[in-house]
Amino acid sequence: MKTTDQEHWLYVISSKKKLVDFNFKEIWRYKDLLFLFVKRDIITLYKQTVLGPLWYLIQPLFTSLIFTLIFNNLADIPTGNGVPGFLFNLAGITTWNYFKECLLGTSDTFKKNENIFGKVYFPRVIMPMSVVVSNLLRYGIQFLVFTAVYVYYVNFTTSAFGVFPSFEVVILPFLIFLMALLGLGLGMIISSMTTKYRDLTFLIQFGVQLLMYGSAVMYPMSYFNNKLPNYYWLIEWNPIAIIVEFVRNITLGIGVLDLYKLLYATLVSFIIFLVGLVIFNKTEKSFIDTI
Amino acid sequence: MSAEVILKVENIGKQYRLGLVGTGTISHDLNRWWKRILGKEDPYLKVGESNNRTKKGQSDYVWAIKNITFEVKKGEVLGIIGKNGAGKSTLLKILSRVTGPSTGEIKTKGRIASLLEVGTGFHPEMTGRENIYLNGAILGMTKAEIRSKIDEIIDFSGCLRYIDTPVKRYSSGMKVRLAFAVAAHLEPDILVVDEVLAVGDAEFQKKAIGKMQDISNSDGRTVLFVSHNMESMARLCKRGLLLSNGEVKFTGNINDVINFYLSENLNFKSKFIEENVNGNCIVKSVSLINDEDNSSSNYRFDEAINIVFEIEKKNIDDYKYNLSFAIVNASDSVILSSSFNDLNNFNIDQGVSHYKATINGNFLNKGDYYVRLFFQNESLKKNIQRVDCLNFKINETGFYKNAQFRKAYIIPNLNWEKI
Repeated sequence: MKTTDQEHWLYVISSKKKLVDFNFKEIWRYKDLLFLFVKRDIITLYKQTVLGPLWYLIQPLFTSLIFTLIFNNLADIPTGNGVPGFLFNLAGITTWNYFKECLLGTSDTFKKNENIFGKVYFPRVIMPMSVVVSNLLRYGIQFLVFTAVYVYYVNFTTSAFGVFPSFEVVILPFLIFLMALLGLGLGMIISSMTTKYRDLTFLIQFGVQLLMYGSAVMYPMSYFNNKLPNYYWLIEWNPIAIIVEFVRNITLGIGVLDLYKLLYATLVSFIIFLVGLVIFNKTEKSFIDTI
Repeated sequence: MSAEVILKVENIGKQYRLGLVGTGTISHDLNRWWKRILGKEDPYLKVGESNNRTKKGQSDYVWAIKNITFEVKKGEVLGIIGKNGAGKSTLLKILSRVTGPSTGEIKTKGRIASLLEVGTGFHPEMTGRENIYLNGAILGMTKAEIRSKIDEIIDFSGCLRYIDTPVKRYSSGMKVRLAFAVAAHLEPDILVVDEVLAVGDAEFQKKAIGKMQDISNSDGRTVLFVSHNMESMARLCKRGLLLSNGEVKFTGNINDVINFYLSENLNFKSKFIEENVNGNCIVKSVSLINDEDNSSSNYRFDEAINIVFEIEKKNIDDYKYNLSFAIVNASDSVILSSSFNDLNNFNIDQGVSHYKATINGNFLNKGDYYVRLFFQNESLKKNIQRVDCLNFKINETGFYKNAQFRKAYIIPNLNWEKI
């Protein structure tokens, strides 16, 4: 009697914590919630603004413009022969932005949703996942802008004679997927830690800014190697820099393709994501007592 | 075994740390972590005291709930009763998986959905309809489920006209109605409800209680219900669980649990002596006297209760006085009120005099009652009111046939005859 009983329990809430304890079936059951959160984020973000979704476009375009003025025209950072600085920066910024938005959007998951998490249960991981998905839509729009600018430069100007996409451009979705894993993984780690120790919220503010300078967003990796070879390892082993460089390579045809680097970046992304998932999972059970 | 057990709570406990998270947090965390590596038990689970809010404790750790064990059968409506801080909300939070337990296990055969607070996750910028979908999904419904019920939900909320307007334009009452409407249409195997009936206007409250009754009466639905309103508790639940200082104190038939709970902090008092009043004319004491002339707080159903007032008038005056009392039941409803002046002229003689009011037997239903005293100087417009100065209990013995099944405040001995 006892043994048959045991098998029928739908689930057990226990004080004993397993290290890895995922219920993928349950997360699947809540997929509608994921898309409703995405919908919420998208339709409410630019409510009561005049320009609305145009803000999606304004931000990367203007940042690229400023970067081109400062880094390429003023500081003379070369972007490669026949590659316009504006296009170079736009490629880097849209890719970096996706990572940044994923990280910032997920890093305060627990604190931002304290209210709702304190009242009802649903798999908490739905929340950061919805941030990543809604940012993906945003990235999609920004990528279309990048494509439009790209087509304009190649067809209507003579300055982009060095630009040509390689057939490897098909791996772009994979690179973006890696960015999502990195952003989500780091975001989950940070959001879990901040439930008890708030110090990290201060770190993340300027940490992201510093990280951008170390992620080869506004300069080619080779240029950094020429100028500061002693510090090159910092950039060389930064998975974000590798991915940004890769995106520029497959779209603009500059920089070197190093498959081992890509393999390394993939490995790191997956490890960070899994670590994030484990920590997040452990935190979600009792964070409401410490936040 | 009549019905299968759907929820099994075994030895659940939840420990909290008092004071601020800050100093000592890291050191405690490290200590815990080190002990775990060594394969030992969490050292801080051994310390900790029971949750008595009023006393200053020795330890930094308290058990909000401890050793909670109970079972719920399929289709049962269980009422959870307890004072503030008894651990009701903590238990519900653990049941609904908002937070994890420190010890013990909960096993369930059905999905649990909780209504701890309505309107969770409403976004002010979204329309009512969009919010129904979002809120429903947060509470665990799928989109298809919500779609099939959306008309019913809108209808129940009574907000049809505003349904495509952003929720930030709603009145607070409308928000609550909409939120409750969504929650009421959830269909989990086990529903956990915490005090949500106290929302909206009177009309909506009636609707809400009706809906709750429908939910609990429709078969197969198991409901755990927490409320301080004993009347709706008695109406909705069949079985009760009394929590006190984080532990299960009593469990059984809901009426027994309610009575136990209400009489727990009740010291029956059959004599009240006025101490702090000065004046020419005062009520010196009030007592409950049974037919054997003894002061008593315990009465059989068929026994008469005599309320005796001792009044002292020091000097002769021309003021008009009024003496009255009310009998109040445990859920604070006034069952009867009576005044000496109803039929008599209340002329108080100088000196000490006694007045008696008799409540006949075969009248008040079983239960606990309080006596409220009013003494008024009508000329000077001065009142003395003593709330709950006495209390007494009417026991089941001596009932009419089958009277225990009657849900009425009074069961008077009326004159029945064939005509």
